[in-house]
Amino acid sequence: MVRIGVVTFPGSCDDRDARAAVATMGADPVALWHGDGDLRGVDAVILPGGFSYGDYLRCGAIARFSPVMGAVAAFARAGGPVLGICNGFQVLCEAGLLPGALLRNAGLRFVCREVEVVVDSTATAWTSACPPGATLAIPVKHGEGRYVHPDPAALAAAGQVVFRYAPGHNPNGSQADIAGVTNPAGNVVGLMPHPEHAVDPLLGPTGGRGLFESVLGARV
Amino acid sequence: MSSVIEGLHRQLGLTDEELERILGVLGREPSRAELAMYSLMWSEHCSYKSSKVHLRRLPSEGPRVLQGPGENAGVVDLGDGVAAVFKIESHNHPSFVEPFQGAATGVGGIIRDILAMGARPVASLNSLRFGDPAEPMTRRLLEGVVAGIGHYGNCVGVATVGGEVAFDPRYAGNPLVNALTVGFMPAERRLSGRAGRAGDLAVLMGAKTGRDGIGGASVLASASFEEGDHAKRPNVQVGDPFQEKLLIEACLELAERGLLRGLQDLGAAGISCAVAEVAARAGMGMEVDLDAVPLREPSMEAWEVLVSESQERMLALVDPERLDDVLEVCRQWGILASVLGEMTEGRSGGLEELGGPPQPQRGSGGLLRVRFRGEVVAEVPAASLADEGPVYSRPLVPPPPPTAGTEVPLDAEVAEAVLAVAADPTCASKRWVWEQYDRFVGHGTVAGPGHDAAVLRVPGTGRAVALATDGNGRYAALDPRAGAALAVAEAARNVACTGARPIAVTNCLNFASPERPEVMGAFAAAVDGMAAACHALGLPVTGGNVSFYNESSGRPIHPTPIVGVLGLLEDATTAVPTGFPRPGLTVWLLGETRVELGGSVWQRLTTGRLEGPPPVLDLTAEARLHQLLLDLAARRQLAGTHDLADGGLAVALVEATLAAGVGAMVDLPPVRGAAALPPEHVPMAALTSESASRVLVAAPPEAAEELEALTAEAGVPLARLGTTGGDRLIVPGLLDLPLSRLRDAYEGALPHALGDPV
Repeated sequence: MVRIGVVTFPGSCDDRDARAAVATMGADPVALWHGDGDLRGVDAVILPGGFSYGDYLRCGAIARFSPVMGAVAAFARAGGPVLGICNGFQVLCEAGLLPGALLRNAGLRFVCREVEVVVDSTATAWTSACPPGATLAIPVKHGEGRYVHPDPAALAAAGQVVFRYAPGHNPNGSQADIAGVTNPAGNVVGLMPHPEHAVDPLLGPTGGRGLFESVLGARV
Repeated sequence: MSSVIEGLHRQLGLTDEELERILGVLGREPSRAELAMYSLMWSEHCSYKSSKVHLRRLPSEGPRVLQGPGENAGVVDLGDGVAAVFKIESHNHPSFVEPFQGAATGVGGIIRDILAMGARPVASLNSLRFGDPAEPMTRRLLEGVVAGIGHYGNCVGVATVGGEVAFDPRYAGNPLVNALTVGFMPAERRLSGRAGRAGDLAVLMGAKTGRDGIGGASVLASASFEEGDHAKRPNVQVGDPFQEKLLIEACLELAERGLLRGLQDLGAAGISCAVAEVAARAGMGMEVDLDAVPLREPSMEAWEVLVSESQERMLALVDPERLDDVLEVCRQWGILASVLGEMTEGRSGGLEELGGPPQPQRGSGGLLRVRFRGEVVAEVPAASLADEGPVYSRPLVPPPPPTAGTEVPLDAEVAEAVLAVAADPTCASKRWVWEQYDRFVGHGTVAGPGHDAAVLRVPGTGRAVALATDGNGRYAALDPRAGAALAVAEAARNVACTGARPIAVTNCLNFASPERPEVMGAFAAAVDGMAAACHALGLPVTGGNVSFYNESSGRPIHPTPIVGVLGLLEDATTAVPTGFPRPGLTVWLLGETRVELGGSVWQRLTTGRLEGPPPVLDLTAEARLHQLLLDLAARRQLAGTHDLADGGLAVALVEATLAAGVGAMVDLPPVRGAAALPPEHVPMAALTSESASRVLVAAPPEAAEELEALTAEAGVPLARLGTTGGDRLIVPGLLDLPLSRLRDAYEGALPHALGDPV
C-alpha cells in the first residue's frame, strides 16, 4: 500500500483531516512529527493546513526551520511527491521549494467558501490523473491566500501554474487567478484550496479526489 | 473592621451581607487573597446565586444522560460506545468591552469545558444578538465579534458550523455572544473535574498566568454597564488559540493514554475556581503552592494569581506515579506544566496558621490551603467557595399578560413584502458572517451554516448528530414563558427537520439585572416555559449558563433564553437537506397557519411595535410533528425540509428555493381564522404569520400517498402547496419573482447594511 506522510506542526489543524482523506482514498496515512528529521520511508508527503507555530510571524516562516523540513526538502530534491495545502503551501513558499508568496486576502477577511478550480497542468505528481482543464469543486478557507509572483505569465509558460480559480471564483485576489503552483520538476505542488476536505461525498463535493488518485498512480 | 477589608469587598462586588457570611465561615477576617476568591466564587456568574432556586425546575434526567448539570459540560450517550459532550455559554460583557478578544475567549472557554470532560472538541455554534446593523457601533461590534470567533475557532481547529444572528435595538448597548461547542469521546473515557484521592497531584498546564481578566466574572459579568465602562477593558481576557490547540492535543493524549484521574478547565475565577471545584466535588481539600504558577509578570500578588482569568490553562489531576509521563506529554507538545497542588483528605488542620482559633466549618469537605512565597495566604473550606455561597430567592413580579391583539397592515403588495422580509437583516442570509468561519475542519461536517441544523458525523460510527440554537427575544419580551417554550420547540424542530431525534438541551439564559423584580419575574417564567417544553418533548437539560446584568445605562435587553438542542441520527446518510434540493418535487406544508403576528418580523417592519401575544404553542402538536418528521425521514420520503420561523412562510420559501437554486410554484396554505379578515388580506397573513410547529417539506411525487397517510395518522395538518422547478418563485396570481432577485435581496442585505457590498 502506498504510504503517505502527513506532517504535524504545532498548530496544524487539518493534519487529521489529511490522514483521513489518505485513508479514504485507499492509501496508508503516516503521521510525521515536526521535531523529527525522519520521514519514515513514506512515498509522498503532505504539509497540511492550519496555523503552524501559531502563524504569529509570517505564515509558515517558523515551520520552514523545523527539523522535518530539512528532510522534506531533501525528499523533494530527490523527486519525492510533496503537497502543501494552505498553510503547507505557505510553508513551501517560505522554504523556497515553490515560487511566489501568499499575502493577506484582498478582502482583508478570512474566507471559507466552496470554490471551483480549473486544472491548468496535469504534468505534476499531484494532477496527473486529472483530466486537463477539468473543473474541480474544492473548498478554500484562509486569511492569507492571495498568491503573488513577479511574472505570472512566465510561470504559466513554464508549466508551473497548476490550478486557477474558475472565473468568478477567485476568493482572495490572487494574481492571474492562481490557486496552486508547482516546482519546475512537477513533484512539489502547493495550493490554497483543501483537497482533503473534498474526498467524501457525505461531506460535500469530491473535487479533491483527483489529487490523491494522481499520487497513488490510479488513473481515472 | 481592618483596613485590608474596609470597603474592599464592595469594590470586588460583594455585599455587606456576603462579607458577614464570609466572616461566619472563617470565624475571622479574610485575608485579601481570600476575599478576592470569595468575591469571584460568590459572584452571580460563578455561583448562580440568583438563578439556582429556579433552575432546579428544569428536567435534567433521561436515559441517554451520562452527565447532567454540575460538571464542566453535559454528556449524552450516542450508542455504540460513543458519547457527545456539549454546552453553551455566554461571553456577552467581554464582547461589548472588547469585541474581538471577548468573543474569541468565549469560544476558547467553552472549548475547554468540552475538553475537560475528556472529549475532542469538534464543532461550535454561536447565537449572536446586536443592535441595528446600520449603526456604526453595531458594525464595529459585529466585525470584531465575528472576526474573534473566526480567529479562535479557525486557529484551534474546531469547525464553526451554525448558530444564528439577530438584530434589535434592544441589544445595542449589550450584545449577546453565546457560544456552544460539541465534542465526542469514547463513553468510558469520561473524565470529571473531581479529585481522585488524597495524595493525587493537581498539575497546572498551559499558558502563563498574567494580570488579564482579573475580576472578569465579578466586576464584568455580574454587573450592569454604565456610561464610561470601557475602563473595564483590563477585565477582559486575551486569547491565544495556538496555545489552546497545543493544550487540546496534550490533554487528549493524556486522556487517551489513561494518565488522568480528572481534568478541570480554568475559566471564570481562574485558579480559585478550579481548585475549589475539584476539591469540593470530591469532598476533599488541597494544598496549593502558588509559587508553582508560571507568571507573565513576576510582580503579581497572591490574590491576582488566584483570580486571574488568563486563558488556555487546564488543571490535570494525576496519580503521583504517572506524573513523569504527564510532564513528558506536556513537554512533547511544548506546553508548560507544573505541580500546583496536592489533594488532601476531607478533614485537615485548623486555621491556626493565619492566627485564628480552629473553627468548626460549614458543611463537609476539606480545606484549601494556599501558600505563596513562603506564607499561607489563604485557608478556606473548599466547599464554602464552590457550593456554599449565598443563594437568593430574589423578589419577583410575574410578567404581565401580553396585550390581547395587534394591528398589523396586511394590504401590502406581495412581491414587495416578500423582498422586504427577505432583506430584513435578522431574516437575511448570514453568509457574510459564516464565510469567516472554517466549517470543514474535522472531516465531519455533513451540513454546516445555512441549514436548519448543523449535522456532524460521529467519528467511528455511521451516525450523526444534529445541532441547532434558537431563541426569539421579541417573543420572550411579550411573554417570557411562551418565548422560552417556543425557543425549545424551534430548536428541536430544526433538529427534527434533518431527520435527527432531539435528545438533549443546553441553555443560555440572557437577562437583565436580577435585582429588578420584573426581570426576576421574567426569568422565573422563562424557566417555567422551558421546563414545560422540555418535559413535553422529552428533552433533559444537561447544562448551560445564566447571564444576568445584560443592560446598559439602565436599558435592559429583551429577555433572551437561547436553547441549543442536540439530536441523534442513526444513519448519517439519511440526513435531510434544508430546502428544495431538485426540481420535480411536491411541496407540502406540515402544521397549521393561524393569524399570528404578535412579535413577528412583519409587525416590526410595518409598525415598529412589539405587542400582542406571541404565536401559540401546542406542545403535544409540536411533539407529534417531530415524530412525523423522524418517521418520514427514516422512510427516506423527505427530499428536503425547512422550518418556518422568523418571517414565516415568506422567508421559508425564499430560503428553500435559494438553498439549491431550485424555484417553485406554490399556492398559499389555508389560514385558520381567515374569515375574520378581508379576503384581500389573507395572502399576506399566510405569508407573514409566524405560527409555530410548521415545516415546509419537499418530497418525491410518488411519496404522496404514504406522506398523506402518515401525516393523517399523526394528526398533523397538511397542505399540498405545489411543485419545485424552474428559476422563479411563483404564487399564481400573487407573486412571480426570479430567484436572482430573491438572492440579491436575501444575500445582499447584510453586506449592504454593513456598508460592505459583495
